[in-house]
Amino acid sequence: MTKSKEKMIQMYMTMYRIRQFESKLQEFFADGKIPGFVHLYLGEEAVASGTCAALRKDDYITSTHRGHGHVIAKGGDLKMMMAEIFGKSTGYCKGKGGSMHIADASLGILGANGIVGGGGPIAAGAGMAIQYRGEDGVVVCFFGDGASNQGTTQEALNLASAWELPVVFVNENNGYGISCPTSKSMAITDIADRAAGYDMPGVIVDGNDVIAVNEAVSAAVERARKGGGPSLIECKTYRWRGHFEGDACTYREKSELDEWVKKDPLPRFSKKLLDDGILSKKELEKLHAKIDTELQEAIAFAEESPLPEPADIFEDVYA
Amino acid sequence: MAQKTYMQAINDALREEMERDSNVLIFGEDVGQFGGCFGVTKGLFEQFGEKRVRDTPITESAIIGAATGAAAAGLRPVCELMFVDFIGVSMDQLFNQAAKMHYMFGGKISIPMVVRAPQGAGIGAAAQHSQSLEAWFMHIPGLKVVLPATPADAYGLLLTAIRDDNPVVFLEHKLLYGVEGEVPEDAGPIPFGQANICREGTDVTIVAFSKMVYSALEAAETLAGKGISVEVIDLRTVTPLDIDTILNSVKKTHSLVVAHEAVKVAGVGAEIAAQVAESAIDYLDAPIMRVGAPFTPVPFSPPLEEAFTPGAEEIVAAVLKIRS
Ligand SMILES: Cc1ncc(C[n+]2csc(CCOP(=O)(O)OP(=O)(O)O)c2C)c(N)n1
Ligand SMILES: [Mg+2]
Repeated sequence: MTKSKEKMIQMYMTMYRIRQFESKLQEFFADGKIPGFVHLYLGEEAVASGTCAALRKDDYITSTHRGHGHVIAKGGDLKMMMAEIFGKSTGYCKGKGGSMHIADASLGILGANGIVGGGGPIAAGAGMAIQYRGEDGVVVCFFGDGASNQGTTQEALNLASAWELPVVFVNENNGYGISCPTSKSMAITDIADRAAGYDMPGVIVDGNDVIAVNEAVSAAVERARKGGGPSLIECKTYRWRGHFEGDACTYREKSELDEWVKKDPLPRFSKKLLDDGILSKKELEKLHAKIDTELQEAIAFAEESPLPEPADIFEDVYA
Repeated sequence: MAQKTYMQAINDALREEMERDSNVLIFGEDVGQFGGCFGVTKGLFEQFGEKRVRDTPITESAIIGAATGAAAAGLRPVCELMFVDFIGVSMDQLFNQAAKMHYMFGGKISIPMVVRAPQGAGIGAAAQHSQSLEAWFMHIPGLKVVLPATPADAYGLLLTAIRDDNPVVFLEHKLLYGVEGEVPEDAGPIPFGQANICREGTDVTIVAFSKMVYSALEAAETLAGKGISVEVIDLRTVTPLDIDTILNSVKKTHSLVVAHEAVKVAGVGAEIAAQVAESAIDYLDAPIMRVGAPFTPVPFSPPLEEAFTPGAEEIVAAVLKIRS
């Protein structure tokens, strides 16, 4: 199998892994099994998958409140993720963080973030560390259309461009920040237009086309690795679920969702894999079964794991 | 007397002030048709339209700053922070701009604005969505800081906040939104700086505010069963602080416990303890006790969040400690 075929299969598996993981969470939340609140990534899988397939293990990402997809795509462990979301002591953050705060330093995941726009300056700082050490790593900053309006995001874009930091800003434009459509939160249509103000490339891609995302991000990553500085890539996509589970989505038309569900990134890509003879139907089913088993194991692990002890609150306040 | 929720009381105060004064307007994230993340502004967009109930982008710095500027230019903005934690994004506009303009400019400009924000733990929202930050605001001269516990107080104090000519930080506890209580038909503004003695007692004074008032009352009930008579004072506002009511009570009970949900270290309780020690130490028969959260961020997992959050049990323990 050629490298590129292998990569195509990996990208598909990542999308399927995210899809199944999030679908399970949707169920668990409805059943009252998950404390706190949960923001699902359903419908946006191609962005995380295509982006992280352009990265090495030692590259960094900063994530958002809608972070499960990013963490899975960067190689996050499903068991530890599920356990964290269940609030168990075996979770990524020992139950201290929950859905919105998953991090894995060994994979360069500098954390999901409960503060919209919180990740931008952190991504710039990680880029600074790479530049300082003279390495060729890259940082991807995932951020939403809503986050693009925060001062922190604009400050990070400026710093990254002024200092030519190796940061790729991957915008997930799903059309809304909670109930607020981009038509009301900004005067422009394309967030990529903002790149011009920082003298960096600004590219628009179909965020439901994993190959398009991967190609655009790969080009930006190569540029950054060679010292060419930051880029902004705007991925047009859509979130299928409410902002958080429980949001009735009264602010958008069902027909709009229906149109986007027709552009489901998964069948679109699996059809291509089948049509191009990269996978047979049988192989695809086998891959699905493998991931389904992996997920079942993660769920069992989370369910069987113990809750943290009250005294654990005092651990980890300081290093 | 009408029975209503804390949330409805806030909503009513907003609506009535907007009806009364066309300079009052609301803006913040998802406060329009969506009605606010917790539903506090429901129905206001429908009644007053987008001009007066306006969704902002996600841009806390500009929300607080625009409220400051609009207030300086003659409006009475009431802006909403979806969670008080997000004040971190907009600190400069509140602390260095809104709070100081009146003083720095020699009293020539007033900033009649209100920042409403829910705070507190209890919904599994973790470290960046669960804090209680009143001590930060209390530390800044120029701000007024309001923490209503009941629907009636939420209503009356919000009327006062909107009519006040200074920047007011109005902190709502998210677990109180569904709490019901009586709000008199003829209720009006409740002046700032007037604490409410919600239970009279002779043996120990418990000072609380916001959701902790309920814990204090519960503790008082438990302690009554043990023969200890507790006086419970609800501060309502921490700036201005009604120190006289506290001192008068302490002179009667000779012991003081201050309880809040915020981290105990450098909290409002520390300030009150210091002021009481300065003015009434000779009246005290026991050390002043503070009940507050441990010095940690708010954890996510339910048993951890539970361990973090102080309540009636901790207050009872504090009282028993000084009574034994
Ligand atoms: C500083 C800050 N402001 C507001 C919020 C509340 N909030 C959480 S997610 C969100 C919308 C974010 O929109 P966007 O960046 O487009 O991401 P999406 O949810 O669409 O993935 C808001 C307003 C927050 N968490 N942090
Ligand atoms: Mg969005």
